[in-house]
Amino acid sequence: MGFNWILISPEIAVLATGFILLILDLFIGKSRGFLLTAVSFIGIMVALWLNYQNYSIMGVGFQGIVINDPIGFYFKIIFCMGTLLTVFISSTYVSREMKGMGEYYVLIFIATFGMMVMASSADLITIFLGLEVMSIPLYVLAGIHRGRLRGREAAMKYFLLGAFASGFLLYGIALIFGAYGSTNLVEISQRFLFSSGFSGILTGAGMVFLLVGFGFKIAAAPFHMWVPDVYEGATAPVTAFMSAGPKAAAFAVLFRLFSVFQPVISDNFTTILWILAVITMLWGNLLALSQKNIKRMLAYSSIAHAGYVLIALTVGGRDGISAGLFYLLIYTIVNIGAFSIIIFFSGKNEKYENISDYAGFGYKYPFAAIAMTVFMLALAGFPATAGFAGKYKIFVAAINSGFIWLAIIGIFNSLVSVWYYIGVVVSMYMKQPRDESPTVILSMTLMVAVLVAFIGTVYLGLFPDDWIALSDWAGSHYSWASIVGSLVR
Amino acid sequence: MIIFSILAAVAVFSAVMVITRKSPISSAIYLIVLMCSLAGLFALQGAFFIAALQVIVYAGAIMVLFIFVIMLINLRDNDFGIDKRKIQKYLGFIFAAVILLQAVFITGWAMKEFSNETESAMSSEFYQSPVDSLDQEDYLSAESVAENLFMRFAYPFEVTSILLLAAIIGAFVIARKSDPIDDEGEET
Repeated sequence: MGFNWILISPEIAVLATGFILLILDLFIGKSRGFLLTAVSFIGIMVALWLNYQNYSIMGVGFQGIVINDPIGFYFKIIFCMGTLLTVFISSTYVSREMKGMGEYYVLIFIATFGMMVMASSADLITIFLGLEVMSIPLYVLAGIHRGRLRGREAAMKYFLLGAFASGFLLYGIALIFGAYGSTNLVEISQRFLFSSGFSGILTGAGMVFLLVGFGFKIAAAPFHMWVPDVYEGATAPVTAFMSAGPKAAAFAVLFRLFSVFQPVISDNFTTILWILAVITMLWGNLLALSQKNIKRMLAYSSIAHAGYVLIALTVGGRDGISAGLFYLLIYTIVNIGAFSIIIFFSGKNEKYENISDYAGFGYKYPFAAIAMTVFMLALAGFPATAGFAGKYKIFVAAINSGFIWLAIIGIFNSLVSVWYYIGVVVSMYMKQPRDESPTVILSMTLMVAVLVAFIGTVYLGLFPDDWIALSDWAGSHYSWASIVGSLVR
Repeated sequence: MIIFSILAAVAVFSAVMVITRKSPISSAIYLIVLMCSLAGLFALQGAFFIAALQVIVYAGAIMVLFIFVIMLINLRDNDFGIDKRKIQKYLGFIFAAVILLQAVFITGWAMKEFSNETESAMSSEFYQSPVDSLDQEDYLSAESVAENLFMRFAYPFEVTSILLLAAIIGAFVIARKSDPIDDEGEET
């Protein structure tokens, strides 16, 4: 085994980019916005390329703590996409609202590093560390805008509740360590081969606590209280970043955990997940209906989307994981796309973020309005957009595995969600514009982000086959722990 | 066993005192007592290195920081009065009790399960008790801690350094007095 540096080369690239940005920020003056964006872009591209080089390697490194497998490979693509789009949508925003704060990018890159650590680790200790490396920059980012009091409040709430959730997580890890004498998931999965030397009750209790801890990060329903306030309080690019990558990272760990503990997870646990998925979907969708603020509406919608991915987690196995991966990829692209339009429309200091402020935008800014319409339809899951492909895959996986009611509730929920997504479109095209209208700020980078997200949404909606094949391939490694275990032995 | 009981009693007592004292300084002092008695418990298990670390790091360094911060922010007594909202207080007690009971029952249950299982599983040749898998001989010494930290857990160790870096940058960003460039948009 030894230190296998190749396996973590994407992580190193992301981290190195963060360090370069940190130092570069000290030396550059006027053109900092452009230069920082350019360096970030190159860094992410290098990370993607290095990740692609690791495409076919299935391996463990660092004494079985780091693994590289198709699931981690896929998640790293999701994180890189999320970070790339975030960098593009924040570029002008940061230089406009925050006067070009270089630390902003550094924190984003460190958070991305944390996500990658989470997605590619086979040890509960590293998973926890990755979670914290991801979370601490996020707490800071939520309140990074000095002029925004709501941002400060959001950061405080997020930090306190996040620390509380970390406590649950650590307690769960301690219980699982008590049950197996190891925090290494591969070693734990080996235990099941001999079906002895572990405690079912401790595993169950530990998994419940882990589920609470990660449920907080994915914003599953009983643990979602922070989401609306934080999403509304944080600045729009930060919210976009928060809603995509960190959620996917927590799901990455959940998919890994549940595939490892499959042998000891009883039907009771499936029922817990089932209930969690249903509550999350219903709660998110029903509360989104009455929201006036578009960021708050998207916050509840992100809770609902976590519910759809929880269906995939409940299904588990090959189908569940591949559907979940595909859905998270689509959600990342579409959601950041929607936020890029929000940044475009909201004007200086984000004055205009109510849905009613969007009145008449459809005629004033036809291209942006068309893009927003497509993103909203994709989030609602209309056919021929990416959202439909993702939801279709999840519901088919649920039906094939016998979770018919779960699929029916999910379909019902996406019908409900159409109402509030269409509300934005209606406001843009069918309402009279108000007298005072925001001055929109157009920039190259924002346009690129919108364009990339738009093309991604349409492309994944019309020709999803390649990416479905890739996620199926990743999903077929759902028993990654035993595959890796056989490599070690 | 007698030493254990005394240390455990002192630990529980001082833990309760930490959260019930009104003055932050006396809370901090009780926290030192708590840390020292925990160190004693570790030493009792033969983990002398951990015990020493507990005293040096927690009772020493972290407590000094705590007291520094308490002195620097200079709280007055009424600045952090006990929360007057009674319902939350009682609910808090109830939930704490439920969690405590859960912890006790789960541990007790698991112990029973372990002892049952050990009997049945001893016959299996693959059986490996969770405790045995840790190298009982020397996992308590400073040498093995270092070896584990820099060989087996080298990667988490490095990630921890990134975590600290993130915390430093975060603290810097939050604590900075004003933006480096002022509000007029001109560089200063």
